[in-house]
Amino acid sequence: MSILVIAEHDNGSLKPATLNTVAAAAKIGGDIDVLVIGSGCGAAATEAAGVEGVRSVITVDGAIYEHQLAEEVAPAIVANSEGYTHILAPATTTGKNVMPRVAAMLDVAQISDIVGVESADTFKRPIYAGNIIATVKSSDVVKVITVRTTAFDAVATGGSADSKDGAATESAGLSSFVGEELAVSDRPELTAASVVISGGRGMQNGDNFKLLESVADKLGAAVGASRAAVDAGFVPNDMQVGQTGKIVAPDLYIAVGISGAIQHLAGMKDSKVIVAINKDEEAPIFQVADYGLVADLFEAVPQLEQAL
Amino acid sequence: MKILVAVKRVVDYNVKVRPKADGTGPDLANAKMSINPFCEIAVEEAVRLKEAGVASEVVVVSIGEKTSQEQIRTALALGADRGILVETGESLQPLAVAKCLKAVYDQEQPQMVLMGKQSIDGDNNQTGQMLAALAGIGQGTFASEVKVDGESVNVTREIDGGLQTVGLKLPAVVTTDLRLNEPRYASLPNIMKAKKKPLDTTTPADLGVDIAPRFEVLGVEPPPSRSAGIKVADVAELVDKLKNEAKVI
Ligand SMILES: Cc1cc2nc3c(=O)[nH]c(=O)nc-3n(C[C@H](O)[C@H](O)[C@H](O)COP(=O)(O)OP(=O)(O)OC[C@H]3O[C@@H](n4cnc5c(N)ncnc54)[C@H](O)[C@@H]3O)c2cc1C
Repeated sequence: MSILVIAEHDNGSLKPATLNTVAAAAKIGGDIDVLVIGSGCGAAATEAAGVEGVRSVITVDGAIYEHQLAEEVAPAIVANSEGYTHILAPATTTGKNVMPRVAAMLDVAQISDIVGVESADTFKRPIYAGNIIATVKSSDVVKVITVRTTAFDAVATGGSADSKDGAATESAGLSSFVGEELAVSDRPELTAASVVISGGRGMQNGDNFKLLESVADKLGAAVGASRAAVDAGFVPNDMQVGQTGKIVAPDLYIAVGISGAIQHLAGMKDSKVIVAINKDEEAPIFQVADYGLVADLFEAVPQLEQAL
Repeated sequence: MKILVAVKRVVDYNVKVRPKADGTGPDLANAKMSINPFCEIAVEEAVRLKEAGVASEVVVVSIGEKTSQEQIRTALALGADRGILVETGESLQPLAVAKCLKAVYDQEQPQMVLMGKQSIDGDNNQTGQMLAALAGIGQGTFASEVKVDGESVNVTREIDGGLQTVGLKLPAVVTTDLRLNEPRYASLPNIMKAKKKPLDTTTPADLGVDIAPRFEVLGVEPPPSRSAGIKVADVAELVDKLKNEAKVI
């Protein structure tokens, strides 16, 4: 077996999601190569060469790959995929965007968002907002897979893989990058933080999220939100936790003014310890909370900040 | 321009689905079925483009059992012009669905295909991207804004780090995220009118599509369960528990 892992990076550095994806590859077993496609992505490739368990790093460097447009990246993955039995990428928005395109080009299925490896062709994955875990066995010659990063502990760094250049592709000429608005934050990334504090509709407005930020500052936490808080315009979309937002599994998740809808739980119920602060003692969030505090958040959160 | 919208019949999002006792699949007996929320957003966007004079016709397609006619009628009541049902008793995997859609795409020659980013049953998030690959066209996934400009479309995408805007040559596939729009409610007169709108039926075989499954579901199980913990009396007790019992702060 030989496995190609598609690196998640921003050209300048490797994203931690790659380490979880290599961990999933290691569970499958076999040789693991990492493919770094980008523009001026040498630094990311160097980091990838240090990931433990990796045999080779293959780099495809070209201007058309700068923004990870699926129309450009998918053909480059296909062009460098020959001989591999598995192609893995993290189930980030980049992986979700590109990998089905790769699968269709190869005329194979994709197994999305795996949370477990049973064998080289059998995997576990959540369906129905995580209310069911399905065990699926692939019959394709090449298995195209996205990996739920929270389900696999990151591998260590300190390895020394060899490096080579891969085959570059011509531009597909179908798409162009227009612009981006990226959130800037000094806080840890939501999906990688060991503590997350999230606010819901109960926060009432965006300004009140400052209450959560001051707790986050004390705990080194990331700040998340429910869909209702994002839809209401309190906070930007990249903070949404849930079935259709980000999946998090920190050591500590604090849900503030969040009712606990199925779709929200789907994104956080694998957290180690869950705290809920809600003034409604019947709120479903209490059914999954290890510690529930029935209180008005506008009193409880400032008290919490003081007590830390 | 013509817009093709794909819709799927799925279990309603309010239903908490559990595995069947024998572990062979989800227990959907008597569960309320609805149009997939993301597909509904796709229909709404297409209808808005028509109302804005950008689109001339909105064709809605669904792939599934005969009962999927209900979801097509829902889309017609929201303002789509006509429907196509690709009828099959099999439960198709995303690649097969994408191939059926490609066949319909070839017949209809739309300038844009709008669809949901994922369906809330399988949670695969694949079909739109696969269709774009099969048709050899661009894809604007997880869209929160769609702006058509002559021969191209600018799609703002919700990505992990924030928002990204891409320009795509038309035709292109656009998959919707939750914040693209808020779908309207169908009015009673429109529901009545929708009953008279044309709805054609075809099958994967008629379309010449190979729908053979590529993976097998060996079984399903509930996720690791979590039980409710305790209620703490106040913030002081909470902090004490987190420090000394859970040891997470
Ligand atoms: C297709 C689809 C996908 C979805 N995906 C997601 C997703 O990814 N993530 C997600 O989160 N949701 C998602 N949702 C939405 C989900 O169904 C819920 O609507 C949403 O999670 C509710 O957010 P909320 O808990 O903040 O708001 P509400 O349900 O309105 O809850 C607010 C809570 O705040 C409490 N509260 C109010 N004031 C105070 C106060 N002063 N002090 C303490 N508590 C207070 C209330 O008691 C209440 O429990 C999705 C829905 C659909 C249809």
